[in-house]
Amino acid sequence: MRRYIDFYLASMKIAILSQIQYSVANYFYMIGMVTEPVIYLVVWTTIAKQQGGMAGGYTAGAFAAYYIIWTLVRNMNIVFTPYGWEWRIREGQLSMELMRPIHPIHGDVAYFAGWKTVVIFLWLPLAAILSWIFKPDFDIRWMEVIVFSLAIWGAYLIRTILLSLLGMITFWTTRVSAIFDLYFGLELILSGRLVPMTLMPTWVQNLSNYLPFKWTFFFPIEALVGNMTDTQLWSGVGMQVLWITSGTLFLNLIWKSAIKQYSAVGG
Amino acid sequence: MNPIKLAFTYLRIGVLNEMQYRINFFIQLLQSFISVATGLIGLSLVFGQVTTLAGWSRPELLAVMGVHLLMGGVIRSIIQPNMERLMDDVRNGTLDFALTKPADAQTLVSVREFRFWQLVDVIVGMVVIGIAFVQLKGTLGILQLLGFLAALIMGGVMLYCVWLMVTSISFWVIRVHEISNLFEGLYAAGRWPVGIYPDWLRTGLTFLVPVAFAVTVPAEALTNRLSGTSLLFALGMTLLFVILSRGLWRLGLSNYSGASS
Repeated sequence: MRRYIDFYLASMKIAILSQIQYSVANYFYMIGMVTEPVIYLVVWTTIAKQQGGMAGGYTAGAFAAYYIIWTLVRNMNIVFTPYGWEWRIREGQLSMELMRPIHPIHGDVAYFAGWKTVVIFLWLPLAAILSWIFKPDFDIRWMEVIVFSLAIWGAYLIRTILLSLLGMITFWTTRVSAIFDLYFGLELILSGRLVPMTLMPTWVQNLSNYLPFKWTFFFPIEALVGNMTDTQLWSGVGMQVLWITSGTLFLNLIWKSAIKQYSAVGG
Repeated sequence: MNPIKLAFTYLRIGVLNEMQYRINFFIQLLQSFISVATGLIGLSLVFGQVTTLAGWSRPELLAVMGVHLLMGGVIRSIIQPNMERLMDDVRNGTLDFALTKPADAQTLVSVREFRFWQLVDVIVGMVVIGIAFVQLKGTLGILQLLGFLAALIMGGVMLYCVWLMVTSISFWVIRVHEISNLFEGLYAAGRWPVGIYPDWLRTGLTFLVPVAFAVTVPAEALTNRLSGTSLLFALGMTLLFVILSRGLWRLGLSNYSGASS
């Protein structure tokens, strides 16, 4: 256990030190990313205004709150990309990582976790500017803040597991870009990334209850900006823990058979 | 060296290269369908609530989506691959190989790469525009068609110029790959007519990253909203962007030292 903690702390420190040096590049990245929620926000604010102030139970201020918090949750959701896995497997880069006495996924989780701390720091002024422009309605309780701070890390872990599983498909076939696109399309619709889930048709909402996606977007955002009871908040965290545990078990299972397939195509 | 002949030669090499991987056509087709499907879902969510969005009806917004897809295909097949290669070349010092060739360097770095299969998006975009047009029950006059084509070409040229300007920053700043991400993000704003955005954003999308000219103006031509004045304005802006990007490129180039080769 001790060596894991040391490894995580060291990797996170490296990530923080190296990412701080590239703060301009990080800002380019974040601004590019912020346009996506701003587009959704503008569209839905226009609709809300056209309908006399509300669309699907959300006021313009509520949409603003949703999509501003969205930007932080989206940042937390950026993990080692499946295209990275594709590259790693296709080019044989994984060979080197397999030599280390620690599972390669720990490196990803630790490095990106370190990067997140920089990102959260850089996000604060961005959120302030967005709030100044779009005037969100926030009504936040302490319990919501506590659950939110846990849920964004839960979302980070769930999405790491999901995207690693997705990337690991490359062990079997190297033509994966269409599969990745299909996944991202489904995630967009079923996670709350496109619109708050409550604006979706009921059957889509029901479907999303049985899938992991909404625990990475909709739940953390709603935990802070919505009006959930304490029971709802903590059972949401429970669901995240459930997905993390079962996902980790599944990932281990897949990894064992995947690694037997590995031949370092280009390495 | 005739620049058109040069571009055509590289185009041919690009097509021949990509023709080796024919299955990529189907993969690209599948990806185009996924993006159309998500776009349609977005539209149906919007029009589940209202009948028009800022004065645009559903088929009109479908036309916007078609133009956005078409232009996105142009970007990803020609503009983006060339500019990303340029960024890499500047960083690695391999731009030397392009500069020592007896042709205009800007032309050369703009035509070296061609992703043929990405043109599937252009075709799919045209089909979407066609469907939108049938739903609009409109008639396409020759003047309207010419206006649409002119707006489309000018929009494409402007986007190329912005990409070139942004890529020229790589002569000064090392890590610029995030710029692609920034650009993709801003381009995504073109999925909706720029008229719906607040003033500051609309200004940015018109003058900084001319998504307005690249997507909204051609779509306006299709939906009978375009005036001759806007088209003339677009022409003026295109010329301005061409001159500015040429200037910045030359300034950047004089700063290039081919450090690592």
